[in-house]
Amino acid sequence: MSYNWNWGVFLQPSASGDDTYLGWLFTGLKWTISLSLSAWVIALIVGSIIGVLRTVPNRWLSGFATGYVELFRNIPLLVQLFIWYFVLPELLPADLGNAFKQSNPLWQQFFCAMLCLGLFTSARVAEQVRSGIESLPKGQKNAGLAMGFTLPQVYRHVLMPMAYRIIMPPLTSEFLNIFKNSAVATTIGLIELSRQAQQLVDYTAQPYEAFIAVTVMYLLINVTVMFLMRRLEEKVRVPGFVGGK
Amino acid sequence: MIEIKSVSKWYGEFQVLTDCTTTVQKSEVVVVCGPSGSGKSTLIKCVNGLEPFQSGEIIVKGTSVGDPKTNLSKLRSHVGMVFQNFELFPHMTIIDNLTIAQEKVLGRNKEEARDKGMKFLDRVGLKIQAPKHPGQLSGGQQQRVAIARALCMDPICMLFDEPTSALDPEMINEVLDVMVELAKEGMTMMCVTHEMGFARKVANRVIFMDHGLIVEDATKDDFFGTPRSDRAQQFLAKILQH
Repeated sequence: MSYNWNWGVFLQPSASGDDTYLGWLFTGLKWTISLSLSAWVIALIVGSIIGVLRTVPNRWLSGFATGYVELFRNIPLLVQLFIWYFVLPELLPADLGNAFKQSNPLWQQFFCAMLCLGLFTSARVAEQVRSGIESLPKGQKNAGLAMGFTLPQVYRHVLMPMAYRIIMPPLTSEFLNIFKNSAVATTIGLIELSRQAQQLVDYTAQPYEAFIAVTVMYLLINVTVMFLMRRLEEKVRVPGFVGGK
Repeated sequence: MIEIKSVSKWYGEFQVLTDCTTTVQKSEVVVVCGPSGSGKSTLIKCVNGLEPFQSGEIIVKGTSVGDPKTNLSKLRSHVGMVFQNFELFPHMTIIDNLTIAQEKVLGRNKEEARDKGMKFLDRVGLKIQAPKHPGQLSGGQQQRVAIARALCMDPICMLFDEPTSALDPEMINEVLDVMVELAKEGMTMMCVTHEMGFARKVANRVIFMDHGLIVEDATKDDFFGTPRSDRAQQFLAKILQH
């Protein structure tokens, strides 16, 4: 195999002229991080609500939540993304649909990818939240109710604080997944990290350098996330508490 | 104080409570005993509405528990309950366990709640444990905290659901001592327990249940002296053997 290694390629001025190729990668990194973080916020909020609804003693609410989870969990992420990006704008009222299509394409891509990733991950977060709540002894809920808490107060003060602590490790891996899954946004043209790697290959014909560089960047993101989540886990650890029941 | 009138409850086809009727007067201590699966825990949980029941009526100080219009949270806030597995909130310190419901349910301010919490912690002899977490305390200590937590709400009566069943033998007495003291102060109490020594010492009445039925409802002296039913006699013979 003859391959001309050229790590200097990153410092060359890029085809667009106003940047280096390394600059391209950093732009991609910026979009990957903002997409993943904003999607994670959606996933946490929606996932927590749906996860709680799955455990409430109301057939309609828990049925709705179950349907939600099954819907978003059982359709491939890529298909969901295409539905958000290509199908949904057509289903909106004409005015709204047109306004959307005339907006900045970058924001169209970002908005759709964020919603898609956020809601896809929310179904997975919901399952973690549900299992966290269900792993608590049933007496905890009764103890809260017996003290005069309303059901929402029981969730807020008694169940959720422990449930979140218990599911911290699986939540961490969902958090990591969202960064990795964000690469699907490349298929609708968002210039995130893996998109920039492909572009670099197209313009410089240096695939090894390009993909090694983005690999390292993804790794760095996830090592950082793991480190921060572990710190958080230690910080909220309950003294004397050994695992869930 | 507590009136239970022909309460029946089913889990699907299975009848757990059959036509249970009894009353607990103010300042009375009633011990509920019986073999496991006899429905005694279920009955006591019906009293504060933790378990729904399909027929009959339970009235706690004038409020009907089964009435859908009843504000159950409000009723429960002044009916204290102590559970078999303590059920302290593990993520909160001991003092926070005692103050949270005072603040969130009764609307007391932080200081007032804390003073009250410390007062009752002191009463159960655990004042120095206030900043710890439940997981750092022994079972007996946790159960005493649970009793203090219920007392902080100024309950009109207390329900105990097998408060010593999950404890190591050497810790049972420290919990029973607290309960005896409470009884002597005139607290209205309904206790599901197998501790016949406790029943002998402070109970006014003993209720014996079997297969969801109240088989005996007698004064303490009658119950231990001359239990009328064969089933209660067998039960007593078994648990008093050693």
